[in-house]
Amino acid sequence: MSASTLSAPAALVGSFTPEVFAAHLALLPPSLPTWWVARKRAAYARFASLPMPTRTDEMWRFSSIGTLTLDGFTLAAAAASIPLAPIGIPEAARLVFANGRLVSRELLSTDLVARGVIVDTLQNALVHHDALVREHLLAQPPKLGSPKFAALYEAFLADGAFIYIPRDVQVELPIGVCSHAIGATSAVFPHTLVVLAENARATVIEYFGSDDDTSAQFAAGVNDLYVGHGAQLTYIGKQDWSHRALSIQSNSTVVRRDARVQSLNLHLGARQARHESLSRLGAPGAFSEMLALTVAEAGQEFDQRTLQIHEAPNTKSDLLYKNALRGTARTIFSGLIVVDPDAQKTDAYQSNRNLMLSDEAEACSLPGLEIQANDVRCTHGATSSRIDPEQEFYLQSRGIAKEQADELLTFGFFEEVLARLIDHDLHEALRLLIQTKFKK
Amino acid sequence: MSQLEIKDLHVSIGEKPIVKGLTLTIHSGEVHAIMGPNGTGKSTLSKAIAGHPDYTITSGDVLLDGASILGQEADERARAGIFLAFQYPSEIPGVSIANFLRAAQQARMAEGEELDASAYYKRLYSKMDLLKIDRKFTSRSVNDGFSGGEKKRCEILQMAMLEPKFALMDETDSGLDIDALRIVADGVNTMRGPNLGVLLITHYQRLLDHIVPDHVHVMYDGRIVKSGDKSLALELEAKGYDWIKKELAASAA
Repeated sequence: MSASTLSAPAALVGSFTPEVFAAHLALLPPSLPTWWVARKRAAYARFASLPMPTRTDEMWRFSSIGTLTLDGFTLAAAAASIPLAPIGIPEAARLVFANGRLVSRELLSTDLVARGVIVDTLQNALVHHDALVREHLLAQPPKLGSPKFAALYEAFLADGAFIYIPRDVQVELPIGVCSHAIGATSAVFPHTLVVLAENARATVIEYFGSDDDTSAQFAAGVNDLYVGHGAQLTYIGKQDWSHRALSIQSNSTVVRRDARVQSLNLHLGARQARHESLSRLGAPGAFSEMLALTVAEAGQEFDQRTLQIHEAPNTKSDLLYKNALRGTARTIFSGLIVVDPDAQKTDAYQSNRNLMLSDEAEACSLPGLEIQANDVRCTHGATSSRIDPEQEFYLQSRGIAKEQADELLTFGFFEEVLARLIDHDLHEALRLLIQTKFKK
Repeated sequence: MSQLEIKDLHVSIGEKPIVKGLTLTIHSGEVHAIMGPNGTGKSTLSKAIAGHPDYTITSGDVLLDGASILGQEADERARAGIFLAFQYPSEIPGVSIANFLRAAQQARMAEGEELDASAYYKRLYSKMDLLKIDRKFTSRSVNDGFSGGEKKRCEILQMAMLEPKFALMDETDSGLDIDALRIVADGVNTMRGPNLGVLLITHYQRLLDHIVPDHVHVMYDGRIVKSGDKSLALELEAKGYDWIKKELAASAA
């Protein structure tokens, strides 16, 4: 029995029927460029014809396929914003979206506006900065196994954040983008497009959250990060969707000559969260540091797939993904370093470390290399370990009870990632955030 | 005035008996040294008293001020006033010395009571000054990448902050050059006084030149076989452990 004989359209599109798509298109502002609407239509057609991932699909190895559902969701109407726990550091600007619509914003200073910095909605940018958006929006083809979800995403993406930092401009404070899903069965499609021109510098912090921790929501999000010649970007993503949400998140980072990106994704929420992250080191001197921290609790599954593509000589990538697993949590890490034939003197590192805090938790690791150049330094590795009983005894011998000792050791495990952050205030704020979350 | 009584203590690791009936009482203000060849059970004794879960006490008792501590977890024993200075302190990546000691202090406070952070740092810095430790030390991860000397100094700093009733110092001199040894010994001597009892475990006389003990015990095959004052350590240094073995063989014959 082949998949095609089974796949009546209803099974392939779930809640995202042609009628729902038509209603979605009807709500878009008429001013949007035709190329974009045409792309969305084409994407919907692809979505409706592509099969769901299957158990035999290498890109979905170890993933829970049966719980990947497209049914039971609604494209929610406009909703008010919900109060957001502040991260405790001042921001240069902030956009807040609820169910994909802008609900509030804090504007850039007039000085930054005068220097050409743009922090606006994607819809406005599509109208006013057509060429720039067209060049970068969803420009990287999905390579990590979600063509189906990528097509769904492109079809239903309504609005998001557009951040542009012109040449030689440095924005000292972080730019915040918040995306909320509101409603018991809402489907949301957040987007953040960041373009840094030559020698620009910025920090972007994204927050994903739900109105209620019992909402069975669907969140498909993408961020496109383009870091031009000599530019420096720090990206923080904090995923804290409802513990009953299904999340499919994808990142693509394009790093140009002598540019540097440091990204840190905190994975806290969702019942099942797939996160795909791709870094393209496209020109000599490019450097991408890819960091992630996951607190996986009872019943949660975090499925992380990464790709470090070295396309030019003297490029560097450094990946460190750490997962702390409690209860019956599952994590999957599958990472691949690809070095093209021309990319001599590549320096690539990939490490996945799992801290098993329960006997029922499960961590799967699939590190990989695909090297076609001969003068490179590439290392990868994966470890899973429990709390070290000697370290535990050492802390206990100082009067610290076992439970607190294990917590301290876990925070120490996180700290190795957090300490990589160049920005001291960010480091402090994120440490507090993750420790609070862990204690809850 | 406190006392630590070790009564006919037997300790096994797995099925293997290591400590075989050791009796010793230490009072506040006293420094006892236990010397002995490698493999005689000195480290096992200190870890068993501190409550390491791998060491099984098969018989005997350990009493702190008359109450047995054997039913207590390692952290309860520590809060009751036992401190183990490790021969090989664990490295704890990602946990700064400041946060670690703060957690240890917080653990000694009543539930709901918060440590006064500024008073804590003031006290920490004054102890560091006393032990001639650079203040930058506090932001480093506990023992992570430390030299042998730094690890031992870190142990002494912890001891100074936690102010135990009894300190069990396991081969504190191992891996130290003479300068580091002097700094560590100075630290212990600074803390020495009527409120602290010390059990110094060492293989060599060298440490006892710097921390002069009130009592010296020789341990062999899991028991104390000879006790005396500081001159016993010198005699042992001159004659070697074979002297003890021969004496034991002679008395057994």
